[in-house]
Amino acid sequence: MKRNLKYNLVWLLIAVVGWILINVLEGVGIIDQFAETTLVLIGINIILASGLNLIIGFSGQFSLGHAGFMALGAYAAALVTQAMPTELGLALGIIIGMILAGVVALIIGIPTLRLKGDYLAIATMGAAEIIRIILINLKITNGPAGLYGLPQLASWSTVYVLVVVTTVLTVNFIHSRNGRAVMSVREDEIAAESMGINTTKFKVAAFVFGGMTAAIGGALHATYIQTIAPNDFGIMESISILIIVVMGGIGSMTGTFAAAILLGVLDMVLQSFGALRMVLYSLALILIMVFRPKGLFGTWEFSVKRLFNRKKRAKEEV
Amino acid sequence: MQILQQLINGLSLGSIYALLALGYTMVYGIIKLINFAHGDVYMLGAFWGYFMINKFHMSFWPALITAMIFCAIAGVIIEFLAYRPLRDSPRIVVLITAIGVSFLLENGMSYLFSSSPRDFPQVMDVQRYHLGSVSISNIQILILLTSIILMILLQLIVKRTRMGKAMRAVSVDPEAAQLIGINVDHTISFTFALGSALAGAAGVMIGLYYNSIDPLMGMTPGIKAFVAAVLGGIGLIPGAALGGFVIGIIETVVQALGFSAFRDAAVYAILIIILIVRPAGILGKTTREKV
Amino acid sequence: MSVLLEVKDLTKNFGGLAAVSNVNMHLDDNELIALIGPNGAGKTTLFNLMTGQTVPSAGSITLRTDSGVQVLNGRKPYKIADMGLARTFQNIRLFKELSVLDNVLISMTSKNKEGLVSSLFRLPAFYKTEARLVKEAMDLLKIFHMQDLADTTANNMPYGAQRRLEIVRALATKPKILFLDEPAAGMNPEETAALTATIRQIQQDFGITVLLIEHDMSLVMNVAERIYVLQYGKLLAEGTPQEIQANQAVIDAYLGGGV
Repeated sequence: MKRNLKYNLVWLLIAVVGWILINVLEGVGIIDQFAETTLVLIGINIILASGLNLIIGFSGQFSLGHAGFMALGAYAAALVTQAMPTELGLALGIIIGMILAGVVALIIGIPTLRLKGDYLAIATMGAAEIIRIILINLKITNGPAGLYGLPQLASWSTVYVLVVVTTVLTVNFIHSRNGRAVMSVREDEIAAESMGINTTKFKVAAFVFGGMTAAIGGALHATYIQTIAPNDFGIMESISILIIVVMGGIGSMTGTFAAAILLGVLDMVLQSFGALRMVLYSLALILIMVFRPKGLFGTWEFSVKRLFNRKKRAKEEV
Repeated sequence: MQILQQLINGLSLGSIYALLALGYTMVYGIIKLINFAHGDVYMLGAFWGYFMINKFHMSFWPALITAMIFCAIAGVIIEFLAYRPLRDSPRIVVLITAIGVSFLLENGMSYLFSSSPRDFPQVMDVQRYHLGSVSISNIQILILLTSIILMILLQLIVKRTRMGKAMRAVSVDPEAAQLIGINVDHTISFTFALGSALAGAAGVMIGLYYNSIDPLMGMTPGIKAFVAAVLGGIGLIPGAALGGFVIGIIETVVQALGFSAFRDAAVYAILIIILIVRPAGILGKTTREKV
Repeated sequence: MSVLLEVKDLTKNFGGLAAVSNVNMHLDDNELIALIGPNGAGKTTLFNLMTGQTVPSAGSITLRTDSGVQVLNGRKPYKIADMGLARTFQNIRLFKELSVLDNVLISMTSKNKEGLVSSLFRLPAFYKTEARLVKEAMDLLKIFHMQDLADTTANNMPYGAQRRLEIVRALATKPKILFLDEPAAGMNPEETAALTATIRQIQQDFGITVLLIEHDMSLVMNVAERIYVLQYGKLLAEGTPQEIQANQAVIDAYLGGGV
């Protein structure tokens, strides 16, 4: 019990130190506006990718429609903050976006999660495209032009705090009884069902959870970048989130962080290459996958608990 | 009569999707990979046709046939460099690599030849034939006939030749195929060559039909063709052809009804409904896992 | 002793072929029963019908529960598991990439449901329940001498250990009836002997009913109190090991084949 408290405190410490570090670096000018934007985009990508990793890596369901839920969060937050450009409006926008995404994920998930593998991927991709096409054709969303001039309510601190919160909640969920049940579905659906696991329920739960966190990512995107259009949330966006998950290692949260950071930094560095940027980016993508097919970290996870245990063991051996 | 007209338009558009879907489905059948770069091979075909006709003043047929050969070679090279090293990796990893290849082709072509669209040279005069109120152009007839001939050829290759037999064997069980002396690598290369050749043909024909090509032209038709392959039952050659025609017809009909803004949404909605009713596509068989 | 599970006129057709036809069985409290028969006799199909993986074409399966006799056919496998029927698989189906301990803990989920709040925010109650479940799981693993393997990935264990883990995992659901599908397949004689002893022990210690499919006749004749013989999907005979060994139809059809 006490030990658990200790691990949790260490994690909290890491989070606080990270926040202070960024603050200091910003204060002395090492992190400029451009670098801050990169950091924020990395943070948003971490939120998006850890939700997708829960769906793909832990429940084993291949979803290719993550951008659809992101879009719902973005538009909900944009519309709410337009009407109510305050911090409360931001909070409200995020919550409404999450609820909306959760409900839509439930509606999509219940019928389609019976599908397997690539069939599921293509059905979720189709569902996300339908969401996008609806956004293009609605009046309230201002059609294909999208919404712009949104109040900037999210700062990098908001993003940082929400990265920490969603990561903690996602990791807690994975390591809970419900999380184990989710993983059993990935491992062997028939065996899981025979051990009393309601596989449909847990598949849908992971899908809804992932969809709701995607809405957080979308909401932050809208309230930080201040401009959104339906085409920001197309198939290519779903794919770029998927790339982070696979590159980091399917089923590794540590890997998701590492891949989001690596790709974010790569993108920043490549900015100076102009037209060659995307060519180099795609080459890097191919090379990383060919030479590290298990992802950057495989399924390895960074764990404070293990770190402590190793130290303890080392001490005992001495 | 209006319906008949839409049917004709839908069939000629659908035959392009079908040609592309065949490539997806053959590759999927043999190595279970969604070859995301397939739509971009089709773009390469269109560009090849463009340069052959413009620079070398080829007529339609030589341009079409050289584009097929060029794309076949491109497909084999892509498989050899990007997918073969990952033969034993999880499928999702190969999928991401395929996405990388797709990005590379799109951005590489944009870098080399600029991303702005260019007019495809019109190698033949458009003629329209009228049968009552139904009208059909010579290009539509050409596309439809060429596609059907290519599909028949493909069917003959798969069903009647040694290589076709090897393809079917590898798709059922690569290890067993290897044991009975089939060269799996060659068979997979051959499959990529066939599929890519069809994509090349589709690229030249779409250039002629829409009169405009650009480096990103493969993206949307690529995804549509993949949807077509899944709709028909992925891995099944007749399924891909059927799926292509179904999607072509849905698109033209929805457009004709005045809902062009929702054209793609209708395609996806019908896809989802069909998959819920038939989880392995229209022609696919749902296999139950043995306990 | 009273009837716990009753199977009446159970039939399953796979496209015209009757894999199981008109089978009648009853499993009583605290019994150890064996189901034998040649390959393809329909034993595993019968298992799948009782545990819900396969839906019967006709007939009924009923279970006596605290709230009266309940019909099982038509229910989802996870509901049936929840009502007290647990099984192992002939072609091992462990949660391969997870640890041995996690394999066991997963089976405890349905009897120890947890709210979303608890799984998202580590409340003290969460750690308490976790600690209790881990202890229960370790106790179970100890019975099978697997406590030292708790952190091993299931897939990395030797074959015999994987078979034993299948049994532990099924037991962790706290079943009333345990269905074992060829638990000794692929084991050597010593392992089989040890397994035989363990099966009998758990059946007595846990006070549960065990239904066993097995090809190893020495194991069957050793442990079973009652035997059902299946052939071509039909019940050929039923009785004590002595009766079965003396049954002419069984000898002709099955034991006569050189076993």
